[in-house]
Amino acid sequence: MNIVVCIKQVPDTTDVKINPETNTLIREGVDSIINPFDTYAIEEGLRIKEKLGGEVIVMTMGPPQAESVLREALSMGCGEAILLTDRNFAGADTWATSYTLSRGIKKIGEVDLIICGKQAIDGDTAQVGPGIAEMLDIPCITYTGKIKDIDENGFTALRMTESGHNVIKSPLPALITVVKEINEPRMPSLRGKMNAKKADITHYTAADLACNLESIGQLGSPTVVRKIFAPPAKGKGEIFKGEPADTAEKLAAELKDKGIV
Amino acid sequence: MNEYNFTEDQLMIRDLARQIAEDKIRPVRAELDEKDEFPEEIIKILADSDLFAIFVPEEYGGLGGGAMELCIATEELSKVCGGVAVSYAASGLGAFPIILFGSDEQKKKFLPAIASGEKIAAFGLTEPNAGSDVGGMETTAEKDGDDYNLNGNKIFITNGGVADIYTIIAMTNKSRGARGASAIVVEKGMDGFDFGKKEDKMGIRATVTRELVFEDCRVPAENLLKREGLGFIVAMKTFDKSRPGIGAQAVGIAQGSINEAVEYASQRIQFGQPVSSFQAVRHMIANMSTKTEAARNLVYHAARMVDSGVKNISKISAMSKLFASDVAMEVTTNALQIFGGSGYMKEYPAEKFMRDAKITQIYEGTNQIQRDVIGLKVIKENKSGKKK
Repeated sequence: MNIVVCIKQVPDTTDVKINPETNTLIREGVDSIINPFDTYAIEEGLRIKEKLGGEVIVMTMGPPQAESVLREALSMGCGEAILLTDRNFAGADTWATSYTLSRGIKKIGEVDLIICGKQAIDGDTAQVGPGIAEMLDIPCITYTGKIKDIDENGFTALRMTESGHNVIKSPLPALITVVKEINEPRMPSLRGKMNAKKADITHYTAADLACNLESIGQLGSPTVVRKIFAPPAKGKGEIFKGEPADTAEKLAAELKDKGIV
Repeated sequence: MNEYNFTEDQLMIRDLARQIAEDKIRPVRAELDEKDEFPEEIIKILADSDLFAIFVPEEYGGLGGGAMELCIATEELSKVCGGVAVSYAASGLGAFPIILFGSDEQKKKFLPAIASGEKIAAFGLTEPNAGSDVGGMETTAEKDGDDYNLNGNKIFITNGGVADIYTIIAMTNKSRGARGASAIVVEKGMDGFDFGKKEDKMGIRATVTRELVFEDCRVPAENLLKREGLGFIVAMKTFDKSRPGIGAQAVGIAQGSINEAVEYASQRIQFGQPVSSFQAVRHMIANMSTKTEAARNLVYHAARMVDSGVKNISKISAMSKLFASDVAMEVTTNALQIFGGSGYMKEYPAEKFMRDAKITQIYEGTNQIQRDVIGLKVIKENKSGKKK
C-alpha cells in the first residue's frame, strides 16, 4: 500500500498577527508547526502501513524552511519526504495548491491512498484535499472518522456529519480527509528524530513536475483576497460553578437578564 | 554553545521529554495522583519514544547515553509530575547494576528489553531492619547446587510488582556482614517470588511502591552479578551513578513549582495589581529560581563526572542529591506560599509539588547519610593532602 500524506506548515496560532496594510499573515518570528489536523492524517497513514505494509510518503508545498515539518513527520515514522518548492509556487490559493500537489502525486507514480487533514488551521478552507482528488479524478471522502476493512481493493469509511455519520465504501486509489476523532497521533521517537535529522528530502520544482505555469502560484490562483482583519475581541466569559441544577438556573436567569431569551 | 552545553542528542531528549510531559502527562497528572497507581499508558509512550534506551549502551540495544541523559529526561518529566518521573527513572536504577557489573552474557540477556521499555527494571535493597545500614540485612541467598535460594522481604521497592527484572541485594554469607552481601538478578514469575504490601504514599503517587517477598525463591546462579561478597559495592556504585538522577528529579519538581507559581502570581490581582509586582513575591521568585539554577548546575556537573568514568564520584554525586533535594523542599514550600490559600487546595498543583519534593530528601540514602558520605570524604581528602 503506497500512501501519500499531504501536510501544511502553519503558524502556531496562539500568536498570529496580521499586517493591517498588506492584509497578510505576519510569518516572521512566528514558530511554524505541522497543521494539527495533518498529524492525524500522518498517524492514520502509519497505522495502515503497519497493518498492510508499504510506504508512507509525506509531501508539502512551501519554501525550503518547510523541511522542518517534513522532518517532524519523518520522526513519527514516515519513510520518505517530498518538498515541492519553487518561487513560481508562491502566492498559491487552494486551487493552485491542489493542482501543484496533484502534480507531485502524479510524479510519485503508483499511489493507492492519499490522506489529508480535514482543513488547515490558518486558512480553514477544507478545499485542498477535495481539490487534489478532483484533479486526479479519484474518489474523495471528507471528514473521515474511521477506516474499516481496508485492503488492496478498497475500504469502508465512516464519514462524520453534524448529525451522525455516513458509511461509505470506496475503491482505491482514493483520497480521504480526516477529523481528529480518527486516532491519537503518536509522539515522535528519539531514533526517529535522529534519522529524520539526517534524512534526504526530495525537492521538486515546477519544471520537475511539468507544471503548467499558468496553473501555479499567484498566476494560477483565481482567488482574490480583498481584506483580512482580526475578529474583534470577545467579551469576558463567565463560568458558573457548582451543581448542574444550580448552574443551569443561574445561566437561565442571566440570559433572561440580558434579554437574550 | 547552548545554555547548558548540551549535545544535539541531549537537546533532542530534552525537547521530546518536555513534549511528552506537556501533551501527555499534564492533562492526567491530578488523576494519576488521585488514583495512586503505575502510569502504564504514559510509560508505554516513553518506551515507544525510546526514552528507556538513553541510559543503555548501544551494543545492548540502547542509544548509548548515561547518567546525564537520564537526568535530562527525568528533570523534564518531573517539571510536570515527579511521580511519573520516578516510575521511569527507577528502571534506570534497576538497570545500572547490570550495566556496571553484569557479564556480557547477562547484559545481552537483560538490557535490550529494558532499553526498549518492553521490560521495567527495579532495585531492591531496603528491608524493615536495613536501609542505610546494610549490615542489618536479613534477606539471604544460599547457594544450593546451580541455584541460589532466596528468603526474606524487601520493602518500599519502586516499581515493585510492575517491574520484570529486579536487582536484589541479599546475604550470601551472613557472618561477613556487609562483605557477605551479593547482587542477584531476579525475574518476575520465578517460583517463590511474590509481592506484598502496596504502600499508600504522601507523594509521588503516580508510581507503585511495594514489598517484595522471597520464600524459597530459586534463582539460577548465573544471575549473580560479578561475584559473591560484592553486593554492598554494587549498591554503593549504583547509587553513585543514580543519585544525580534524584537531584534531577528534585530540580524538575522545584522548576515545575516555580513555573506554576510565577504564572499564578502574574494573574492573581490584589490591591489592583498582579501579586508578582510586589517586591515580597518578586524576591521569593528570585531566590527560588537562583537556588534551583545552582542545584541544576551541580546536578549536571555530577552527572557529567559520573559519565566521564573518573573514579571518585561518591562525594559529588551525594552533594548533587543533597543540595537539589533540600532546594526542592524549600522552593516547593515557597511556591505554595505564593499561591496563598489556593496553594493549599488540591485544585492547584502547588501542594502536589510539595508532597512530591519530600521524598527526594529521603530515598536513595537520606540527606543525613549524604552528609555523612560527603563529610567523611572531605576529611579524608584533607588528611591525604587533597584539599580544594
